[in-house]
Amino acid sequence: MATNIIIVIFVTSFATYLSRFLGVVSSEKIKETSKMFRWFNCLAYSTLAALIARIIIFPSGSLSEVDYSIRFIIVFLSIMVFYLTKKNLVYPTIFSAIILSIFSSYL
Amino acid sequence: MIDTKYFFKGFKSIKGVGSPAIALGASFIAIGALLKNLGFSIQESIFSTFLTYALPGSLVMAESMLIGASLINIFIAVWLVNARLYPMTVALMPLLMHKNQPRWKYYLSCHFIAVSSWLIMKDNYENIEKENRIDFWIGIGTATWSVAIFATVIGFIASDFLNKDMLIGLAIVNPIYFICMMIGAMKTIQISASVILGAILGPAFYFISPEWCILFGGFIAGTIAYLLGEKNGN
Repeated sequence: MATNIIIVIFVTSFATYLSRFLGVVSSEKIKETSKMFRWFNCLAYSTLAALIARIIIFPSGSLSEVDYSIRFIIVFLSIMVFYLTKKNLVYPTIFSAIILSIFSSYL
Repeated sequence: MIDTKYFFKGFKSIKGVGSPAIALGASFIAIGALLKNLGFSIQESIFSTFLTYALPGSLVMAESMLIGASLINIFIAVWLVNARLYPMTVALMPLLMHKNQPRWKYYLSCHFIAVSSWLIMKDNYENIEKENRIDFWIGIGTATWSVAIFATVIGFIASDFLNKDMLIGLAIVNPIYFICMMIGAMKTIQISASVILGAILGPAFYFISPEWCILFGGFIAGTIAYLLGEKNGN
């Protein structure tokens, strides 16, 4: 497998850059005030939300070892911290990591 | 060539209360550790983050390699999970395009489009004059990308010291950061509806197709949100 790692990295980065590149090509023709732009803006936010919800609800990797009720509690508490700290993004992120580590070691 | 004033203004976005550095750092530390366990050398791990710089893509690559998928399958799997970068790019680049700026800046800097840098740019672009936005964006991109590469190295080196519970703790940080940032971005009907419907329909479509759920769910949710917003004055 070792000889293939570089090729796999190239394939992965090409598959990733492709969408970014095509996005710039399309952007050349789309004005920021157009309906098309507003539609794509909605698509971008909705696919992101879909991706994040999927990571939380159907995780792959290490998160899948945590019970889903614990994942939901952590999300809920972190959003509370976000609001309590006047929309600071650093506190809820640190909070979530510590709480989840504690939960998964003691439960 | 690049206006350093705006470049550094963008670069500084990794500091302060909205900093993505911890979220990005935590997830790429996990990636670094994962790649080491997969048999990558440190150079290959750096090279991977350097060239791909999109977390879900790197995760899919690692998962595919674990099950011994073919190159074509790896390509398709990564393309599917990162296809969201297409609407994200189309929803960002028109805001940055200016006739006085050279095209290469756009084609090169689109490599920096990832969730955290994109959300930061969306949150700040109105404060920057249009002509300077691309340099500001290159600053944000360089900063977040550097954090990702640096964290990959840390994760690779620290992988022997990271136990299972610590890795689980690291894995939650990025989704939490994204959730909070998305909630912060919900300022119009269209964006609020996009986020809420996307979060419902994405997982709902998982039961039909785990591979396509993000694109299908996102497409339908985004289109409904767009129509809702157009009817109600955005």
